[in-house]
Amino acid sequence: MTTEREPGPSIPAPSSLAPVVADADMAPGGAAPSVIREYLSRRGSGRVADNSFAALMLLCGCSIFAIVAFILWILTARSHLSLVQFGWKFFSRSAWDPVSGDFGALPFIYGTLATSFLALLMAVPLALGVAVFVTELCPKPLRAPISFLTELLAAIPSVVYGLWGVFVLVPLMRDVIGPFLSKTLGWTGFFEGPNFGVGMLTAGIILAIMVLPIISSLTRDIMLAVPNSQREGVLALGATRWEMIRVGVLRNSRIGIVGAVMLGLGRALGETMAVTMVIGNHPNISKSLFAPANTLASVIAGEFTEATGDLYLSALIEIGLALFLVTIVVNAIARLMVWAVTRGAPVGAA
Amino acid sequence: MQPSPINVRSKAMSFHAARRAATNHFVSGLAILATVIVLAPLAAILFYLVYKGASSLNLAFFTHIPAPVGEPGGGMANSIMGSGVILVLASLMGIPVGIAAGVYLAEFGRGRMLANAVRFTADVLNGVPSIVMGIAIYSLVVMPQKHFSALAGGIVLAIMMVPTVTRTTEEMLSTVPHAVREAALGLGVPKWRTVLSVSLRTASPGIITGCMLAFARVAGETAPLLFTAFGNQFWSFKLNEPIAALPLQIFVYAISPYDEWHRLAWAGSLVLIALIMVSVTLVRIYANRGVLKGGS
Repeated sequence: MTTEREPGPSIPAPSSLAPVVADADMAPGGAAPSVIREYLSRRGSGRVADNSFAALMLLCGCSIFAIVAFILWILTARSHLSLVQFGWKFFSRSAWDPVSGDFGALPFIYGTLATSFLALLMAVPLALGVAVFVTELCPKPLRAPISFLTELLAAIPSVVYGLWGVFVLVPLMRDVIGPFLSKTLGWTGFFEGPNFGVGMLTAGIILAIMVLPIISSLTRDIMLAVPNSQREGVLALGATRWEMIRVGVLRNSRIGIVGAVMLGLGRALGETMAVTMVIGNHPNISKSLFAPANTLASVIAGEFTEATGDLYLSALIEIGLALFLVTIVVNAIARLMVWAVTRGAPVGAA
Repeated sequence: MQPSPINVRSKAMSFHAARRAATNHFVSGLAILATVIVLAPLAAILFYLVYKGASSLNLAFFTHIPAPVGEPGGGMANSIMGSGVILVLASLMGIPVGIAAGVYLAEFGRGRMLANAVRFTADVLNGVPSIVMGIAIYSLVVMPQKHFSALAGGIVLAIMMVPTVTRTTEEMLSTVPHAVREAALGLGVPKWRTVLSVSLRTASPGIITGCMLAFARVAGETAPLLFTAFGNQFWSFKLNEPIAALPLQIFVYAISPYDEWHRLAWAGSLVLIALIMVSVTLVRIYANRGVLKGGS
């Protein structure tokens, strides 16, 4: 045992870090000269190249951290003026007066939350319906085309949704859907006041169409990850197909579905162009869904290039910073939930 | 005597079963309805794009720059060219970094905490609103230079491409069988060479598809270009100056009060959608061939 500790004459000094390949050119030994070994020792081990390649790849991998850190840093630095001037009250004040330099983000927070909530209200049931149809009900040959079509919805750029919204949806809301809603549901107070076609409801509908493909395609993947034995087990107990879906599939994938909905929320919170084009761009807080409003993202898009004065610009950048932090948190939670289901990590008792 | 318990039970059962069957059909109907409702906007959007856009497409659209207000004609040639310039810039910067990060995740970082953190951050970065990226790059590039530039637009889109490219590259590389790598390493090929000419080459169809997906995603981005590329009514070939971009021009035309410009906005959208659809469809065809899966 002790002899191993002393370097014997025939054993080369153990360089514990060197890989086996590297030993080949260090100790040719007395073995029969092999062509491959000779070639290798002539050419070197490539250790330097390997290490620098690995370092380069690592550097690029870490650049993703750098991007996030950099965005955080630069937004904080550039919104310094407004951060100092208004502090936390920035998010609870409803004034937005560029002329007198008085800024508060509350109307935009309200607009963002209201439109995102409306969008999820419409999109979640529909997305679940599509996912259930595609994974459980639809005939096999239809499955791929329907998934493809819903994913095409995700590929349409925001600005095209906006264009369609301005010229098709807004007139429709103004002339058909709006009057109908105010006649039938006007008593609730959500559909009061003048209806110009633009406003929170229109923005909510556009957002619903835009977040739907994300929620439905993720939900579909999550449902497909439920093992078939679950389905067979429930069916074998005499369940109908819907009971099988409810007990065997939906219940097992609910955490993932919540994650998918939150990813949709993340998208809805930050969606800019389409919302800017149909929401009416007015910083007010109104109960009526017909009222024009503004979201965090749309106020940046609408006023950033026209912002005169450092405080104005800084306030807009602070709104961007808030949006960044909120979407980071929402997305992080959502990703963890989706991963927990699709990667087979411990989820807790279903 | 009392009625046979079996009879009572079967009656109750049959009612119960009928209710369950009805619920089953009802919910199935709802799911089908939901699918129809979801596909309706897609049909409506595509219909309007073709209906309004196709009639406005002509040769001038692809060869002329915008005409002044009030004059008929004009096209969006400079916007198409500008989009091309910005996208090429973005691809040149974003794709190599993205692929390298993906290589790190799949080949060097398997199972490491750091790699998991990178993967997670990439997914989260994917969800950051594009407009936030826009103001960040505005603060970094445009503010010090005191003017908008094509380069700034390229940088924004490059950053947005990185997470998508990284994640697809990683997924594609992890489908490459280990035996292939081991064969190369066993022949004495250094690791870097193995990665470049064996792993990456084996996974290249999937990786190219991933890059096209990222390309298609940023091709329609408007919000981050508002404060970086800014737009331009004329030809511009300098990276240091504001440049026109197709989505940006569509936005400007869409919110303008002129019918002639609305017409151009529809036509521009049709061209943009065609560009994106073609690349997405190509991706889909590859995906169905089994070269890759889970790439979306």
